[in-house]
Amino acid sequence: MGGTPIPNDIKLLDENGKRVDGRRPDEMRPIKIEAGVLNKADGSAYVEWGLNKVLAAVYGPRECHPRHLQNTTRALVQCHYNMAAFSVDDRKRPGPDRRSHEISKITSEALTHVVFTEYFPRTSIDVYIEVLQANAGTRCAGLTAASVALADAGVPMRDLVASCAAGKAADTVMVDLGKEEDNFGQADVPVGYVPRTEEIVLLQMDGELTHDEYTLSLKMAIEGCKKVYEEQRNALKRRYQVRSVDAVEEPKGVA
Amino acid sequence: MSKDVMADLKRDHIVQLLSKGTRVDGRAFDEMRPLTVEINYVLSAEGSARVRLGKTDVLVGIKMMVGSPFPDTPNSGVMTTNAELIPLASETFESGPPDQESIEVSRVIDRGIREGHAVDMKKLCIEAGKEVWIMFLDIHALDFDGNLFDAGNIGALAALKSAIVPAARAGKGEDYPMPISHEPISVTAVKIGEHLLIDPTHDEERVADARLTVATLENGSICAMQKGGSGSLKMDEVFKIIEMSRKRGAEVRAKLSG
Repeated sequence: MGGTPIPNDIKLLDENGKRVDGRRPDEMRPIKIEAGVLNKADGSAYVEWGLNKVLAAVYGPRECHPRHLQNTTRALVQCHYNMAAFSVDDRKRPGPDRRSHEISKITSEALTHVVFTEYFPRTSIDVYIEVLQANAGTRCAGLTAASVALADAGVPMRDLVASCAAGKAADTVMVDLGKEEDNFGQADVPVGYVPRTEEIVLLQMDGELTHDEYTLSLKMAIEGCKKVYEEQRNALKRRYQVRSVDAVEEPKGVA
Repeated sequence: MSKDVMADLKRDHIVQLLSKGTRVDGRAFDEMRPLTVEINYVLSAEGSARVRLGKTDVLVGIKMMVGSPFPDTPNSGVMTTNAELIPLASETFESGPPDQESIEVSRVIDRGIREGHAVDMKKLCIEAGKEVWIMFLDIHALDFDGNLFDAGNIGALAALKSAIVPAARAGKGEDYPMPISHEPISVTAVKIGEHLLIDPTHDEERVADARLTVATLENGSICAMQKGGSGSLKMDEVFKIIEMSRKRGAEVRAKLSG
């Protein structure tokens, strides 16, 4: 971060205080969440966040493989973050690299905190996050999708985890960095947040921030998480409202 | 293990229905599932298509870069096909290096596109013997309910038809559309007992004795085939499948053009 010189034709903040894509510093990219989008998975969710397109699927609780990972008292939440080869400008070689291993690990840890893992000893809850199109902020989009998919799968949870980043570009603290801001910016702070208990379950930071800038970034990211949380809840409500309508109408067809 | 038991249990049900002339989802034996194709689904790709064939959902993306030609084909671009059967799509898929199943899927799709000369590879040459376009066809299964061969083939062709060669980005002149010369379409059939059915679902694939994928061209000629499964096919069965493939393939081709 900050290592790449900014090309001349990119202005991260214009005279009117608008960002590359016309947003204000405290404005997020549009976010769209849909629950229950896949047939095979026990639960699933699709998140479109700016130009990011991310799918998450949950399988389980099911038998834990490999066996030696089994915990006799709780379930294991195993996340697998993966990017499609065509999701980025230069083709990504398929399969996990060091970055995706790290993201898988911190996402698993964030979700483990909210899942009632003690209800399902010896099992594994597998969460698959697929990035179909990447445009900065895929780990936040992935974690956001994953918690909706867990809820869609009916996994008992204390709350949803919502995720959003904030950071600094063009010497300005701003929420939800886009691709140019991420590439040519000065700092990035992704946050995973449990709104009901006000707990932070994912936190990373790279770049350089003063103490005040960092405080502002964290606050902005948490505000972003709260907005994401609303969208997550709405997605789940939409999904299950449709079902209750179906249930009422079904007997008519039978008769 | 439990999945195999389920397949055995379902086998009787599937076979019983077939003997009455119908399938679990009510289709005729030579009927494909509903097909939808959404092109340019991924903006980061040079071309892409999301194909839904019944409950099978596949995303195909094309990426291109400049590289060296193979010494024996100095005037031709290079094509690489890769299928990712990711565990998101089915409990039967596992993460890790490609297994035999995904290698077969990618090779069969590759064969249809390559041998059917879908792309005029000569037009992907930049400077003979030195620089050509390397094209990566990545097939990503998102939701798996059988017949990745055909869903992948349709997705690959649709993605190619929508692709733009990113010449400007690479400093190699102006962008131009992917040079398409033919439209090979594959149709896969399975044999269960004495019955032949096309576009199998996952359950049908699982209980099938044999499988045959046939790719045909606009003029009706055949450009690629692959038999799978441990069962056998009689000669007349092979011809029946070819006939079905030609007929249904033409319908799919018309749909891609329309």
